[in-house]
Amino acid sequence: MSNFWTGWVFVLTLTCLGLIVWLLFATRRRQRPTLTEQTMGHSFDGIEEYDNPLPQWWFYLFVATIVFGAAYLVLYPGILPGKFNGILGLVAKEQYPEGWSSTMQYKNEVKRIDEQYGPIFDQYTSTPIPELAQNEAAVTIGRRIFANNCAICHGSAAQGRFGFPNLSDNDWLFGSDADAIKKSLLEGRRGQMPAWGQFMSNQEVTNVSLYVRALSGIDTKASEDQLAKGKESYIGKCAACHGVEGRGSYLNANISNDIGAPNLTDDIWLYGSAQHQVEYTIRNGRNGAMPAWKDVLGENRVHLVATYVYSLGQKAKEAESTTPTQAK
Amino acid sequence: MKNHDIVEKNVGLMVILIIVAISFGGLVEIVPLFFDKALTENKMAYEQKLTDGKQEVVQLAVKPYSALQLEGRDIYIREGCVGCHSQMIRPFRAETERYGHYSLGAESVYDHPFLWGSKRTGPDLARVGGRYSDEWHRAHLINPRDVVPESVMPAYPFLAENVLDGKHTAAKMEALRKVGVPYADDEISSAAANVAGKTELDALVAYLQVLGTYVPRGIRGVKPASALPTEEVAE
Repeated sequence: MSNFWTGWVFVLTLTCLGLIVWLLFATRRRQRPTLTEQTMGHSFDGIEEYDNPLPQWWFYLFVATIVFGAAYLVLYPGILPGKFNGILGLVAKEQYPEGWSSTMQYKNEVKRIDEQYGPIFDQYTSTPIPELAQNEAAVTIGRRIFANNCAICHGSAAQGRFGFPNLSDNDWLFGSDADAIKKSLLEGRRGQMPAWGQFMSNQEVTNVSLYVRALSGIDTKASEDQLAKGKESYIGKCAACHGVEGRGSYLNANISNDIGAPNLTDDIWLYGSAQHQVEYTIRNGRNGAMPAWKDVLGENRVHLVATYVYSLGQKAKEAESTTPTQAK
Repeated sequence: MKNHDIVEKNVGLMVILIIVAISFGGLVEIVPLFFDKALTENKMAYEQKLTDGKQEVVQLAVKPYSALQLEGRDIYIREGCVGCHSQMIRPFRAETERYGHYSLGAESVYDHPFLWGSKRTGPDLARVGGRYSDEWHRAHLINPRDVVPESVMPAYPFLAENVLDGKHTAAKMEALRKVGVPYADDEISSAAANVAGKTELDALVAYLQVLGTYVPRGIRGVKPASALPTEEVAE
């Protein structure tokens, strides 16, 4: 800040302070010293005013605010910005080498917390996720970070919703292992289903929809002929990503997990299982987008969220193995 | 007649004295900022780590809103979003942990008026850009409860039905240019075409997705460009 503006702030601040002090004491001097029954002599709607002095408590409160203001100007940069940054900076020279500033106060706070919690996070990050998933404290931290950042799409219990995958079951798009989960979080994912509307007749879309719904065991009331035709189109157009058996990219060793084509045989539907929903998906395609969190959360926190999501999958897996499996 | 009677019985004099009394704060705290080059010339920069480990100084390049984003901003204003959402991340760790780098004056240079807000019934939106997918924003604006069951935000399903014609977009940009937003002539002449046919929902999502994106994620210190080595500054 130039000398002119420093002077501007200095003069105006002191003038303002001076005027306030003058006004307070100038008006007080003319007041009578004690309480009185005498009124000011005016009446509005029958309301009159005693000619009393300012209440003591009010007067001293006013003085206190002036003292507070003066103390603030001495402690913090206020009266001579850029030239004198307040006594606070001089006292804590180590933390405020260039004088006190709100930016520096923020940086010091971040540094202090980083020093306090950094080693704990580092220790978590150096622990492999499957091992860390046994650590209840780490999973709890992961769950809280999830609640603050991920729950907005995936739900507060990771249950997902239309268009946003359920993370609390053991069904996966991009892989169930810890590395795949962490990669999804760090780099984000694109779940792209191309639009087939221009390349398929309406009849064909209907047939394929009936076929893939039947794959999940839905009673579609479709004729043998429709299902056979649907299968033929499926093999030609859909199997490249979803696999010949329709078990998706993750369960098919020949298809890259990074494609994220869903398993069509498990009756879990990201975009709805009704005939019109499946037809819409085939005709118009779907674009699922998981944002990348590496730069937002940093790797340490991503590691903990991945641990939480991994632990959810493990729990779902255990539940599956202990309860009798339903019809596949 | 007592002295305060003079003030109390002359409204004109009272107005003048009130203006004098309340102008000190603004004169001291706001006016000097108009002459702070780091703010008015929009020269802020940050250091970015390159893949080879070197540091590169990048100048913060805040761009004016595109025609569609500008229309989205006007819908944001019309629907009173600022009443429940602030766009101002303060330099406190609790805020930067949740929302990202604290807001910079340079990021608001093209906001007329600014939408910093002062109320957070919903979260701060200063850096919401790119945080969630377009599809999420659509679902959320049409009915917030569909994606966030706990939400108390009103639903805005009509945004998806209202189609923009772009009739006034160019005029809005002209007006903004008069107050210093550097729109090029071709941006203004193509404005109507860029907006026409899009829904209000498209426009609002376009606006939300650009908020705060000029400071990349993970950057922890943006400073006045003069505080960083200038010879390396890349546009």
